[in-house]
Order: sequence, then structure tokens, then C-alpha cells
Amino acid sequence: MIQIENLTKQYGAVRALDNLNMTIESGSIFGFLGPNGSGKTTTLRILTGLAKPTAGSAHVAGVNVSKDVHNLPSHIGYLPEEPAFYSWMTPQEFLDYIGRLHGLSSSKRIARIKELLMLVDLTEAGKRRIGGFSRGMRQRLGLAAALVHRPEVLLLDEPVSALDPAGRKDVLELIEQLSGQCTILMSTHILADVERVCNVVGIISRGRIIVQSPREELLNRYVQPVFEFDSVDAPVLQRWAELLKKQTWIASVNIEGQTARIVVNDVAQARTELLASAMAQHMVLRRYEEMRPSLEDVFLQLVEAESAQ
Amino acid sequence: MNFLHVFHEEIIEQWRTYRLLIVVAVMTVFGLASPLLAKLTPELLKSIPGLPVGLADAIPVPTISDAVTQYVKNMSQFGILLALLVSMGSVAQEKERGTAAMMLTHPVSRLNFILSKFFALAVTFIISLGMAALGCWYYTLLLFKAMPWDSFLALNGLMLLVFLVYVAISVLCSTLANSQGAAAGLAFGALVVIAGVGALPRIGEYFPGQLFGWGAALMLGGTQTAWSAFWVSIGLIMIALWGAWQVLNRQEL
Repeated sequence: MIQIENLTKQYGAVRALDNLNMTIESGSIFGFLGPNGSGKTTTLRILTGLAKPTAGSAHVAGVNVSKDVHNLPSHIGYLPEEPAFYSWMTPQEFLDYIGRLHGLSSSKRIARIKELLMLVDLTEAGKRRIGGFSRGMRQRLGLAAALVHRPEVLLLDEPVSALDPAGRKDVLELIEQLSGQCTILMSTHILADVERVCNVVGIISRGRIIVQSPREELLNRYVQPVFEFDSVDAPVLQRWAELLKKQTWIASVNIEGQTARIVVNDVAQARTELLASAMAQHMVLRRYEEMRPSLEDVFLQLVEAESAQ
Repeated sequence: MNFLHVFHEEIIEQWRTYRLLIVVAVMTVFGLASPLLAKLTPELLKSIPGLPVGLADAIPVPTISDAVTQYVKNMSQFGILLALLVSMGSVAQEKERGTAAMMLTHPVSRLNFILSKFFALAVTFIISLGMAALGCWYYTLLLFKAMPWDSFLALNGLMLLVFLVYVAISVLCSTLANSQGAAAGLAFGALVVIAGVGALPRIGEYFPGQLFGWGAALMLGGTQTAWSAFWVSIGLIMIALWGAWQVLNRQEL
């Protein structure tokens, strides 16, 4: 659905995008992660036709964004980081205007506007002037405007950055609901949001994609061979730790208070034997966990490694 | 087709932001004031205490020509100024606020974006000049006598063309600039250049300012025409709009 090949964008001496390659399959929710200035917004602006690449090509829903920009708007919905509106309009008027531009009939517009205002929780404010709206309300209206014509591809630049926790939850749920209906490319720096709604993750650094993978696959790839045990009985935990250190499949055991952090050489063996070994010591456990990296861990690890190169 | 939707929104914006109302009000005031000033100025001069003997008698009796001259003078100054002030933010403001980027990701071509602004501003000036002309014509009728309507219509048509030249140039300046301040600077710079070059003896006859003289001559029985300036004005409008479209096409928003 989105195909980016060797996309390069040069601003004077600064290379914002450096031979970026990326493919986003139809129906996926793609979390586009990267530190500030890594090229996320530049990529989105090129995909919307608002900026032109210095080299390379990009196709969105089969449309070449450089050569066929006039055909692009009917296929995409775009929510910029800070959506701007005509302050003298009301949300109803604005959405009606967008509907007319996309050729929706009067009856379809009325129904769609009602549906969208309800979806983004702006029904009550539907007849108020946008000029008095908060940033969060503008962001929700921007999302509604991007959805008016049921686009095939939704490009969202930091879609929840201005929202309060409740608003963020609502919008993320809305994005989740759109899964399967359209392809979503969502740039963000809030890793928890990506972890929650995105099924594919791409990490960009210094204008290049450093990793692109299904979310679960990425987390599994960077899984650490670490297990943690919380026990109510510190002396038993200590005794058990001494026994474990003698095992060849154990790399190290560290005790902190009533918690043992065990690094293993063989994850499969550890999974079958660790808990049984603890039980054999009649240990009373509060917690047993195979540590899984968060997306934040993976992100930091990858970006730091890229920066160090 | 989308041109009509965008144009419609531009017209509503002119109305809701009071731009249309302000331009109509200002121009109507100057339209009404023209025959009044022509009529009252000699009276005011005569009423100045201590006026030398005989001077009061030397002040000519105002005629319809004075009303027309005053009208052309008022419109040529304030009309052009308004054309610049109202148009200079048309594109720059949208780029500055982000609404241009927001709208251009929907089915609005950059050509329609420029043209809708120009034609909405044109409608504003047609209405405003129409109101000013009506006011001037009515007060002239009250204070002097009826003006020949066909010549007066031609005069206003020519004045409108001059205003549209400045509207188109302001739209171009507004497209070139990234902020309203820069757009204002460019637009006033263009005004100074056009006024300066237009004052030169041989080149000046091709410049839009000549149309005021032609219009006044039509009203006052003169034979002066300015067809070169007429066609140059139309050419300037087309070149400015084409330029604005080309500039916007190359810009990243």
C-alpha cells in the first residue's frame, strides 16, 4: 500500500532523508518511530505531496506522490501534528466543506458528519466556532477531517500528542477500530502508544530506516535471556541462588533484597527447569517473570547503536 | 468543479471575517464623499474669515467635473491601498497558519487555490466599487445633475481593472512570501515600482494608472484613450496569477 524506494530529501547541507526504503502492507497499522529530527515528518510531508523528494520515489495506494500528486488526495487522509483550520468555521461547516471537495452527496455528508463528530466526541461543539477550540479538540477535528472520505491510507503525524489521557485513549481506540479498514502510518514518539495499537513498527534514525518488523517479532528478536523471581523468604532465595550458580546453563545470578535476577545461557532449558528448581527448594514466590523488553528498550538500544556508528 | 466549492468558501470567508463589509464601507464613504467634497470645498474656502477681497469671487462655482475628478482621485488612492491591504495576506497567511497545507492534501489544486482567492477578492471589489459608484452617482444627482450613466459605468469598469491588477500582484507577492509581513513589504514595494515607472514619460502610457485618466476623460468629454494600458493591465493580471500558481507549485508547505 505504501512503497518507498531510496527516498532522499536534502535541505541545503542537511540530509533529512537518506535513501529511505520502506514497505507498508495493506491494512496494517504502522508505528513510525524515531527521535526528534530523524525524518518522520519529512517522510509524511512527501507522502502527502506537500514536499518533494530530492531523489527516490514513493507510491501511496499505487499513486506516485511526485508525478501524480493530483490523484493523491482521494486516496489519503492526513492529520498534521498541529492541524490548522479556518477559525470562522464550525466543525460541521469544515467537515461539510471537506465532504464537498471529495464529491460526497448532501445526504452522505450529513450522515458522515454526524457519525464523525460522534466518533471524535465533538457533537456538542459541532456548531461552535473552531477559533475557540483547544489543541486537543483541533486534533480530534483534524482526525475527523482526515476520515471524511474513508481514505485507503491514513497518515497521522503525532496524532495524540496534544490530547489528555482520556482523549488519547479514545483516539487510540479509534485507530485500533480502523485496523483492517485502511492502512495507517502513524508517526509518534510515544512508544507506549505504538506498543498498544501498531502491529508493525519502523524505526527511523538520521533519515534511514534502521529496523522494520512486525511488533511481536521485533520484541522477540530483542528478548533478553533474563528471568526474575520475587520470594517472600530471602534466606531460601539466597540458598537457591548458590545452587543455580553451579548449573552450566546459568550465566549469573544477582540478588537484590528479595528479588533474584537470573541471566541464562539457554532460554529453553531455563524455561523448563528454573521454576521446578525453585519449587524443589519449597520457595514461596510472589512473582516469576521471563523478562520481555519493552519497545522503549528496543528503540533506545537500536537508536543508540545507530548513533554510535 | 472544485473551484466553485473553494470559491464559495472564500466568499463566505470575506463575509464572516468582515473584510467585505470593511471594503464596502470604506469605498462607499469615499464614493459618497466625492461629490460632497466637490460641492462643499469652495463653500468652505469662501467661509474662511479674513479671505482677501475678490478671492471669494474668484473661486469657481463647482461643477459635475469637480465631482468626477474628486471621485477618480479618491478611488485611485484608497482603492489601490485597499486592494493591497486586503489581498496581501491571502496566501501568506494560509501558509503561515498551516491551513494551506491542510487544504492542499484534499482535492484542491494549487491553481484553484490561487484563482479562488483572486476571484473572491474581485467580487469584493466589484461590490465595493458598485456601492461607491451608486453613492457617488446619487449624491452627484442631488448636488449637481445626473451623470451620463454609460460613461460613468465605463469609468468604474476601468477603475476596477486597475484595482484587480493590484489584487493580482498582491496575491503573487503573498505567494512569494512566507509571512504576512514579508508579503506586505513585497506588495508595497511593487506599488512603489509601478508608480515610479508609471510616472516616466514614454513608458508610463503602458501602465495601469493611465486607465484613471482615460475613465475621467470619458466623463469629462475628452478624447484620450489608453488601450495599451488596458491590454497591459489584463496581461499583468494574467501574468501575476500564472506566476503565483507556478510559485505555489514549486513551494513545499
